[in-house]
Amino acid sequence: MDSIEAFQRRRMALYGWMLATPALILLTLFAFTPTVTTLWQSLFSRGTARRPQQFIGLDNYAALINDPVFWQVATNNLIYAAATIPVSIALALIMALWANARIPARGVVRAAYFTPTMLPMIAAANLWLFFYTPGLGVIDRIAALFGIGATNWLGQPDTALAAVIIVTIWKEAGFFMIFYLAALQTIPPDLREAAIMEGAGRWTYARRILLPLLMPTTLFILVNALINSVKLIDHLFILTKGGPNNASKLLLYWIWETAFAYFDRPMAAALTVMVLIVLGIVAVIQFRALERRIHYR
Amino acid sequence: MSGTVVRLKSGFARWSWPLTLDAFGAWALAVVWIAPLLFAAWAAFHTPQAALAFDVHAPLILDNFRTAWSAAPWLRYLLNTMMLVTTILAGQLVLCTLAGYAFARFPFPGREVVFYLVLLQLFILPEVLIVENYAMVSRLGLFDSILGIGAPYMASAFGIFLLRQAFKSVPKELEEAARVEGCGWGGVLWRVYVPAARPVYLAYALVSVATHWNNFLWPLVVTNSTSTRPLTVGLSLFAAPESGVNIAVISAATLMTAAPLLIAFLIFQRQFIQAFLRAGVR
Repeated sequence: MDSIEAFQRRRMALYGWMLATPALILLTLFAFTPTVTTLWQSLFSRGTARRPQQFIGLDNYAALINDPVFWQVATNNLIYAAATIPVSIALALIMALWANARIPARGVVRAAYFTPTMLPMIAAANLWLFFYTPGLGVIDRIAALFGIGATNWLGQPDTALAAVIIVTIWKEAGFFMIFYLAALQTIPPDLREAAIMEGAGRWTYARRILLPLLMPTTLFILVNALINSVKLIDHLFILTKGGPNNASKLLLYWIWETAFAYFDRPMAAALTVMVLIVLGIVAVIQFRALERRIHYR
Repeated sequence: MSGTVVRLKSGFARWSWPLTLDAFGAWALAVVWIAPLLFAAWAAFHTPQAALAFDVHAPLILDNFRTAWSAAPWLRYLLNTMMLVTTILAGQLVLCTLAGYAFARFPFPGREVVFYLVLLQLFILPEVLIVENYAMVSRLGLFDSILGIGAPYMASAFGIFLLRQAFKSVPKELEEAARVEGCGWGGVLWRVYVPAARPVYLAYALVSVATHWNNFLWPLVVTNSTSTRPLTVGLSLFAAPESGVNIAVISAATLMTAAPLLIAFLIFQRQFIQAFLRAGVR
């Protein structure tokens, strides 16, 4: 009897490994190995035709830390995160509340909010080019009505990053709205009626009842927004190319540029390691939250 | 009693006055949100001069679409994108089903640890690893191929996680009933688990297609010929400032490339939004 059970257990274990193997092979090829080789690469010098790569330890990291461009790009990315995350989350919440309220043509409003999510970032950038064109674009036309002169929104260091940030917020707010919308629909209407009975105003209801109930959703969206602040850089290729003078350059774009325009693979690897460290911190936060969900069932 | 009525009334009054304001605000924001698309549509059907002059009386024309259409192999790009999303989705469905089944139903040694390793991929994004993934794809001889663009996304940690959750929620009795009728492990998966998880599959498929239809950076890195480039990369080459194409033609090309997914979204709006709701992260 015992041996049959042991046999069964061994067979289950074997099947389990066999079923998981194809996915594990691909993950090893395209997630685990590249992570390790990135770390390894970042410890070498850039090879040239005459001089092969040499092990240089942490020199690439030292070079980065002494490079003012690195600090500028890192600061840009921090500003990018600090602006896009709270603004798009707040907008998403407002959108969800409106898209959930009893207003005429609610479906059209909902679709309008969500549409940017369905567009490629490259297409979104093209649409916004038309807004940002100096003098002739939509924004300058509207500004002209108020007597404000033409502005080269994408071409001057003061506004380029802001212009890029606006496109990102426009792109992701409607996506985040969906999650708030789902959460709102699980809140029983009794709560609202009870709040009215108690004479609570809208703000009290929002602050004391809605926001606490939406907290888990907000956390989930926050993690997504954090990842997006690293990942969403496609529009730079169309709008600014990181310029002028690195004013709108973000980390992932710089990684691409370093590796595929300047062909400095070790330096790109060192940059990647830094991004991975940031993502690792996000991962720890998320796993804490996820853990409950995994063990729930 | 009457006190309650009065309180209720005043309560309702305080709640209802902003409703018209709400509608107004919601509409205003909707107009702002859709404006970039509307202006692109306006520009696409006018001459560049008329488009930038906002001349309401200018005639509608189709020349921009004609110019854009003949300037790049759009049909080829479209075909590439369709092959790409199909390849990725097919790979994901097979790999994630098998792995999800393993993590949900087979207690093998090291399962917990391996599962956490898999979940790490949610954060070690393929986008961030472009440099070394490029080296890997080249080493495997997959550079500039549809399979090369798709391979890093196939073992999707998110898909595995989603299907594992779905399989775990299937009652064990269903599985046992199928076994009594003589199904093996494969039969149980195919007859019990896969049908039970159908809504999850649908949701995941829609999210996957939308994501990879719009993906840009990795395909840009790993393609260098017309025969593999997807629409997004084609569009970026076409609209790059140095190509010197005017804004009206760019708008036409942008609408053309965004149209398939946008139209699909408008038709299947409810399913799309449901899908995104169910699938959460990408």
